[in-house]
Amino acid sequence: MSEAIDWPGEIHRVLKEAGVSVVGYVPDAGHKRLIELCHADAGLRTVVLSAEEEGVGLAAGAWLGGGRCVLLMQSSGVGNCINALGTVKECRFPLLLVVTMRGDYGEFNPWQVPMGQATAQVLEAMGVVVNKVTRPDEVAPAVAAAARLAYGSYCAAAVLVSQKVIGIKSFQEQAAQ
Amino acid sequence: MSAILHRRDVVRELLRERGDLLVVAGLGSTAWDCTAAGDSPLTFPLWGAMGLAATIGLGLALAQPRRRVLVVTGDGEMLMGLGSLATIGVQQPSNLSIVVIDNERYGETGMQATHTAHGVNLAQTALACRFRAASVVRQADELSALCCAIRAAQGPLLAQVKVISEKLPLVLPPRDGALLRARFRRALLGEAADSA
Repeated sequence: MSEAIDWPGEIHRVLKEAGVSVVGYVPDAGHKRLIELCHADAGLRTVVLSAEEEGVGLAAGAWLGGGRCVLLMQSSGVGNCINALGTVKECRFPLLLVVTMRGDYGEFNPWQVPMGQATAQVLEAMGVVVNKVTRPDEVAPAVAAAARLAYGSYCAAAVLVSQKVIGIKSFQEQAAQ
Repeated sequence: MSAILHRRDVVRELLRERGDLLVVAGLGSTAWDCTAAGDSPLTFPLWGAMGLAATIGLGLALAQPRRRVLVVTGDGEMLMGLGSLATIGVQQPSNLSIVVIDNERYGETGMQATHTAHGVNLAQTALACRFRAASVVRQADELSALCCAIRAAQGPLLAQVKVISEKLPLVLPPRDGALLRARFRRALLGEAADSA
């Protein structure tokens, strides 16, 4: 069964293998376990952000200094990054985003749907290579490929992790996390 | 209290004998000020990304903990990234300083008043966000202590330097973002950075 796959743990492993040293995030329920793993890892500097666009600056600054940064956010946070992504494109900064989706599959909060439905288009409009994954076993390979695109080919690359993978179905389940 | 300092004099003083200081310059007038003080590959001038100068400085400071990092930006740019002061306050980068060149105006768009013209105090905001030190600077004789703090004191630091609102000749840095990114990394990390 797909539930047996520890996809957040696999993302953590892939990030380590990719040489990531800084993890910027605005929390999302879908990223809860990965954030905990990053905090528990003394080799990763975790930076909680007031808003997601700060993370684009953080990642650009880290790269200027020879570091590698990944950003974790919810799909709604992609909307907060739009103008900053213009700087990433103009400067050809590497950027690795791991986005947990809301509003894409079985969403219970209608206010999440507009941004969730537009997430991929918004990213692509700003020049970000988007790979959406809908199965737990696809997550780690997609993050590894996006990391290579980012740090090896100086691309902005995003992995969108579908609600099919995350599987939160109600306010009650989310509150109980 | 009207300002008496000239922004170009302030920035020239901050960057005089800059040593191994790494500099991020916020878009608009502060990028021109830093260029007027002498273009350097170890200055990263922004032509966009309004509101992000401070967090670019944070990323750089975390990646280069042995180097001192200075963000020189404007009041309007800093106001757009106020949340980043809280983010930086939590991280406590000891090697990061932010100098806000505060003319209380949006200088590139017609000199409209910013919030600081109406009394919003960025230094107090930084202190409330757990910066180690922050102050409003108005006098020329305060600048040498500020220069020392930027180079040696335990950060994060913020100085809100009140300057005269004045229109000055443009002194423009290169504007190709990829060039600015590549030259900074090469100067800091060596040619190996080109293929890293």
